[in-house]
Amino acid sequence: MQFVIVAGTPSSGKTSVMVHTIRHLQTSGQQVAVCKIDCLQTNDDVTYRRLGIPVAVGLSDYVCPDHFYVANLEEIEQWAGVQKADVLVLETAGLCHRCAPAVYDCLSICVIDNLIGINTPRKVGPMLSSADVVVITKGDIVSQAEREVFRYQVESVNPQARIMEMNGLTGQGAVSLKNTILNYPQFEGITGKRLKNPMPAAICSYCAGETVIGKSFQMGVVKKVEFESVDQC
Amino acid sequence: MLKKITILGGLNKIGLPEKIQKLEIQAGEILAVVGPTGSGKTQLIADIGQVAEAETLTGRRVRIDDGEVNSNEDKQKLRYLMAQVSQNMNFVIDMTISEFLMMHAQVRAVPNPEMVLKEVLAITNHLSGEPVTFETNLTQLSGGQSRALMVADVALLSNAPVVLIDEIENAGIDRLKALDILTGQGKIVLVVSHDPTLMLMADKRVVMKNGGMDGICYTTEKERHILSELVKTEKRVNRLREQLRKGKSLRSDYHEIDHHEEEELKLWQEYLYTCH
Ligand SMILES: Nc1nc2c(ncn2[C@@H]2O[C@H](COP(=O)(O)OP(=O)(O)O)[C@@H](O)[C@H]2O)c(=O)[nH]1
Ligand SMILES: [Mg+2]
Repeated sequence: MQFVIVAGTPSSGKTSVMVHTIRHLQTSGQQVAVCKIDCLQTNDDVTYRRLGIPVAVGLSDYVCPDHFYVANLEEIEQWAGVQKADVLVLETAGLCHRCAPAVYDCLSICVIDNLIGINTPRKVGPMLSSADVVVITKGDIVSQAEREVFRYQVESVNPQARIMEMNGLTGQGAVSLKNTILNYPQFEGITGKRLKNPMPAAICSYCAGETVIGKSFQMGVVKKVEFESVDQC
Repeated sequence: MLKKITILGGLNKIGLPEKIQKLEIQAGEILAVVGPTGSGKTQLIADIGQVAEAETLTGRRVRIDDGEVNSNEDKQKLRYLMAQVSQNMNFVIDMTISEFLMMHAQVRAVPNPEMVLKEVLAITNHLSGEPVTFETNLTQLSGGQSRALMVADVALLSNAPVVLIDEIENAGIDRLKALDILTGQGKIVLVVSHDPTLMLMADKRVVMKNGGMDGICYTTEKERHILSELVKTEKRVNRLREQLRKGKSLRSDYHEIDHHEEEELKLWQEYLYTCH
């Protein structure tokens, strides 16, 4: 089975890009299953179901979405196995910029769009820098110059990645992405594989449902802002 | 240096092979893409833009200098081959013109960026007629100013051997001057257009129908003659518009060119002469 992890900034075109790509995978005779991980709510399952494929949804709700994601990878893989999937697409949303879902030996795709601003690739962090493939969308509505500058910024954050410019509306570029997925080496199971980046620690009292502000309510791993000392004039 | 682009035909919207099974565009040529709305003009440009290898809706294949483009690696090498200007494109970055152009010049490793930037600005203002400065913010530009800047940037900074232009006649800029500045130096230029003047400025035009390439027309002597008439009429209309906008009353003899305008025209022609 091919295990494909799709992440990216909000509304960057993850679902649009994958819908087009899955259509091409289906044309090539591949059975595809999709799982969508989100925080509170998603409509993406409806979109994916229209392709006539098995779709699962996992909502992290009161749990940190990043940790929820990792803790469910085995189960998601098993589910896809039951669906007899050749390709499992796992779309993640709601992850913070500190997080990256990339797992060694899985194909991880980061979808990022031209509209988020030229300096944003630097802020996206490990989600972008540890991706195997970076898909850049929405090139149809920005200038040639911005596309060139944006791509350059992406390349400087992740020089190893294969960068693909795609159009989520028309599906331009989806066949190349399909080929990339099919040519990626298969593996025998997610159990024992490693995250490329450790998740941020989240074990304080607020993780456990605390809502009151104040030092005496804080327990566990608590990190504080370091303020620079300001010279008096 | 790029010598030619070949497009090998695929299927039209009803699934039949398109009539034109091979279209070649040589270096230095301008090709117009014509046809009714929805006939597949923009798709043709998109196929060329991504150097299609039978993977798009049309199944067309595009050859650069007769070579096949097989792998993603090949495509990466071609990344600076083409530049595109379309009516749908906007600047979305919150930055001044000079900051942004400087960044772009850096990305493209342009030698002597200060000089080139001045030229970009001069051309921008020449094309749009509503002047901008280096300090103008990109997000404040009007549609016309944005398109003018895009054209100037594509011509001087991107400076790609293949230029794809999608319906710039509605862009609020002097489109004839824009075409002038984007062509030359052995560039291949594709112009999607509904505008007879732009169509006739091309060496040939491909006629789109039902999503397929349906015919090729070569611009004839007769058409070239009609073109020069059209250009004259257009200049006259522009002159009238300018006079009226300036609050002047029209004189009976509106063929007369005023001195200032003559001067400007000369400078422009000189500029084109030196840059091509
Ligand atoms: N213009 C344009 N819009 C796009 C493109 N890709 C996606 N969109 C639009 O962006 C919005 C968000 O897309 P979606 O796939 O839901 O993003 P996701 O949240 O990352 O899954 C939708 O309205 C899409 O139609 C693109 O390449 N160009
Ligand atoms: Mg989505």
